[in-house]
Parts: sequence; C-alpha cells; structure tokens
Amino acid sequence: MIGVGHSRFGERQDVNVKELAFEAVKEALNDAGLTPKDIQYMCLGSIGVWYEEPLPAVAVAEYCGLSGAGLMRVEAACATGSAAVYSAYTTVASGFTDLALVVGVEKMREVDTFTAVELMGRAGSYMWEFENFGLTFPGYYALYATAHMNRFGSTEEDLALVAVKAHKYGAMNPLAHFQKEITVEDVLSSYVVAWPLKLYDCCPISDGSAAIVLASEDKVRELKIDTPVWIAGIGASSGTGTLAYRSDFIGLDATVKASRNAYKMANIEPKDIDVATVHDCFTIAEILAYEDLGFCGKGEGHKLVREGQTEIGGKIPVNVDGGLKAKGHPIGATGVSMIVELTKQLREEVKPTSRQAPMKNYIALAHNVGGTGHYCYVTILKR
Amino acid sequence: MSGMPTLRSRKLEISYNIPISKTLKFWEGLKEGKIYATRCRRCSRLYFPPLADCGECLESDMEWVELSGEGELITFTHIIVRPASFQNEPPYTVAIAKLKEGVKALAWLTDVKKKDIKIGMKVKLVPKIIDDRLTYEFKPL
Repeated sequence: MIGVGHSRFGERQDVNVKELAFEAVKEALNDAGLTPKDIQYMCLGSIGVWYEEPLPAVAVAEYCGLSGAGLMRVEAACATGSAAVYSAYTTVASGFTDLALVVGVEKMREVDTFTAVELMGRAGSYMWEFENFGLTFPGYYALYATAHMNRFGSTEEDLALVAVKAHKYGAMNPLAHFQKEITVEDVLSSYVVAWPLKLYDCCPISDGSAAIVLASEDKVRELKIDTPVWIAGIGASSGTGTLAYRSDFIGLDATVKASRNAYKMANIEPKDIDVATVHDCFTIAEILAYEDLGFCGKGEGHKLVREGQTEIGGKIPVNVDGGLKAKGHPIGATGVSMIVELTKQLREEVKPTSRQAPMKNYIALAHNVGGTGHYCYVTILKR
Repeated sequence: MSGMPTLRSRKLEISYNIPISKTLKFWEGLKEGKIYATRCRRCSRLYFPPLADCGECLESDMEWVELSGEGELITFTHIIVRPASFQNEPPYTVAIAKLKEGVKALAWLTDVKKKDIKIGMKVKLVPKIIDDRLTYEFKPL
C-alpha cells in the first residue's frame, strides 16, 4: 500500500456515488504522489443495487480521470471491499500490473430502510429462505446469537459491551457514522430488530468510500516510498448461502479457513498481531470473529470483551476505528476501509493518538465477512 | 445530511419468473400434505431443501424421499424489523431444526408463545397453503 484515502461515512445525501468515490480516490492518489493517468488497473468493489448507476466502475473511473485504465467491478456481499483488494493484489503480485487502484464505494441511503432490509435479506438463498420466510440480515446473525448464547452462556449484556466499545472508538474517529458514546443500558433498552439483536447491536446503513493504491516492490523502490505497508498474507473462503445446509450456528467456518490460509501465507500466529479490524456488522459477529480467528478458544469470545482485552492496552486491540458498528458499514467500502485504517495504524499516524494502537511487531489483520460467512477474506499487513 | 436536494429517479418494478420444473414434486407434495427431500442415488446424500443435482458427485440421478417432518429446534429469532415485501405480515419467528432424517430445515415457527420457545424443543415441519402461496412451517410437537 503506497496510498490510502477515506471519505466520511454516514448518511451522505450531499454527494452522488461518483462524487463520494472521488473523495477517497483523490486522497489515495495524493497520498501516493500519483496522478490518475499512472493507474493501469482499477478494481471497484460495490454491490450497487441501492443507487442509480449499474456500472459503477465505469462511472467512477470517468469521474476520477481514470478512463482508459483496465476496470473490474467485484461483488462479495459485505466482503466486497476485500474481494476488490484480493483481485488487485493478484494483478500486482503476479507481475501483470505494477500499480493498481482499489476503490470501495456504497451509496445505500438512496432507497428507504425497508427496501434496504429487503435487498440485504434476499442475499443468501432467495428461494428457500427469503421468498416464504423473509429472513433479514440481522435475522441471519440473530440465529447465530441465539445458538451461541445457548451453547456458551454469552449474554445480551456481553453483546452490548461490544457495541459500547465500538461507540467509544467511533467517538474518536471524525470519519465515523456515529461519533457518540453509549452505555450498556442504551443498548439493552433499544428496540428489538431481530431478537436477541437490538438496534444498538446492529451496524447502521451507511454511505461511504475508501481507496488504496497497491504497488509492486520495484515500483515502491522507483517511487522512493518511505513507509510502504505490505500485504503479507491473504486468505479467502466461503460457506453455503442456504443456512439449512450448514453444520452448526456457533461459528463461521469461512473465517476459520480464510484466516488459517492467511496466517500460513504470512507465516504468523494470532499472538503476533498488534491490531485488528474484524467484521462486526452485528455485535455477535465480533464475538464469533475472536473465536474463529483464534484470538481465543471456541466459546470464549464474550470473555475477551468482558475483560477489555480487545481495547487499546489489552491483549489485542480490535476495531479501534469504531468498527462497522459505529464507523458505519457502506458494504462495498468496508473491506477497503479496514485496510486504510490498518495502514494508518502501521504507519503510526492515527489521529487522535488516543486511538493509535501500540506497535510491537508491526503486524495487523483485517477480517471481512460477506453475509453470514457466505464469503470471508482475511488480509494480513506488515510494515 | 438528510434534507439535502435530490432528484427522484424513474420508478422500476421488478419481479422474477423462477423456474421450478426440476423441484415440482416438492411443491406438488405440499398440496398433498407431504414434505419431500431429494437423495442422490450415487452418494446417498439427502438434500433438504431439495435439489435436482448433486454437487458432491456432480450427478443428477436423484430420488424423492418423503420426510417425517419431525425434528428438534437448533436456533431461532423473532424478526421484528421486516423487509419491504413483508410489511403486511405481523412479526414472525424464523427457526432452524434438525430433522430425524439428519437434514436441517428453516421455516417460520407458529402456534407457540414466544416464552415457550426453547432450543431442543420437538417440532414438526408441515405444509401450509395460504391463497396461492405454497409454503411450510414448524409447529410444536
């Protein structure tokens, strides 16, 4: 990574999808010291059913002066951003290109909330789990929460602690959708969305964009980049779309497989990680992530959050940018946003500094899930 | 940032014509009060929801097997915030149960008070026909 850019997340009725992407693209190219004409390949991550442009890669490239570059648009549900990183990484790692731009952008607030709930709920197994049963995205994770609580004794209060932590760091992040602290009581007294998940257990429906510039080792030397951050490992996996075909509902196999592939490629263990962003679209998802990534044993995720081990000063700081929960979750942008945040963490340039995780090994991990383990990407970064 | 000026796009209504010829016996079975799964004749894997092709051995030699419908609840949720096309429904409970035959099913759970729903409870999957809509649901056993 030689350049990163990030828009403010939130309800962005002030910009259309192209103008929103421009904010991140401009910052990333400026950060890398490049112009649009230097970019040979752009991979854009966006689901894009909630805004008017059906060919967002073309629309964004045109608006940002990138027309002429090779373009690709990818989809991997909520892991779309990481899928875009994966695609661009392979073009650089293979030697096919030496400079690639990744853009993640989503404009979800151009449709009403119930339409957005429907479009997300349909994503999984339309025929067998939506057509007759109207399963929603919070509902998918609620099924996992119910099973986890029953099996391991995690509680609604434990889930609330995840939200409180997210909002604590979101309040320190000027780009976050929510920038106010909340209490356990606020979470427990908020209305039920999909029992046992309540409003404050759920990430918001957000607009936002993020961008990164990837360069080959030769290009990094040629451009004399002083603090490059390297992709040391990438792992990808998936699970069934139809929940009824899954073996259990207490963890995501896709996370286990993707992370083990990434650890092996980077030749690291979970204990080596200085800071992580994990996929916390719902509070239960963060607890499942701790367990499935190997930050703790199976069934012990809620204990980590109870002990504050995933805050700055704890064993492994997680989502100290506010996470999806408070920073916001513009679906296609999220995976790219994680890499932007971790690049800044590894460069030790996070502001305010109270949100900077201490660096020992200069290793960071991004965990991005699409759906409920329908897709999973784990990316390990090193400085 | 809400309340900023916007342009309302043209409206488009979309609905899909989904082919069901290969799983027709399942939908016909619901009308007869039966729940069918498919089994691959080659690897013996049982599929519910039923599939016309086996992804395990890439064969399409499937037989139809009637399920007892009886099973045990694995997990559940109450969907309160509902999608646009479910706005006319009252909140509903979605449950997953493991059936006697080993497969799992996901459906609404009805005829039971919320406070009486427990993981491990015995349920039965039964067909349900409302107007033209063929579906199925869990009831407590």
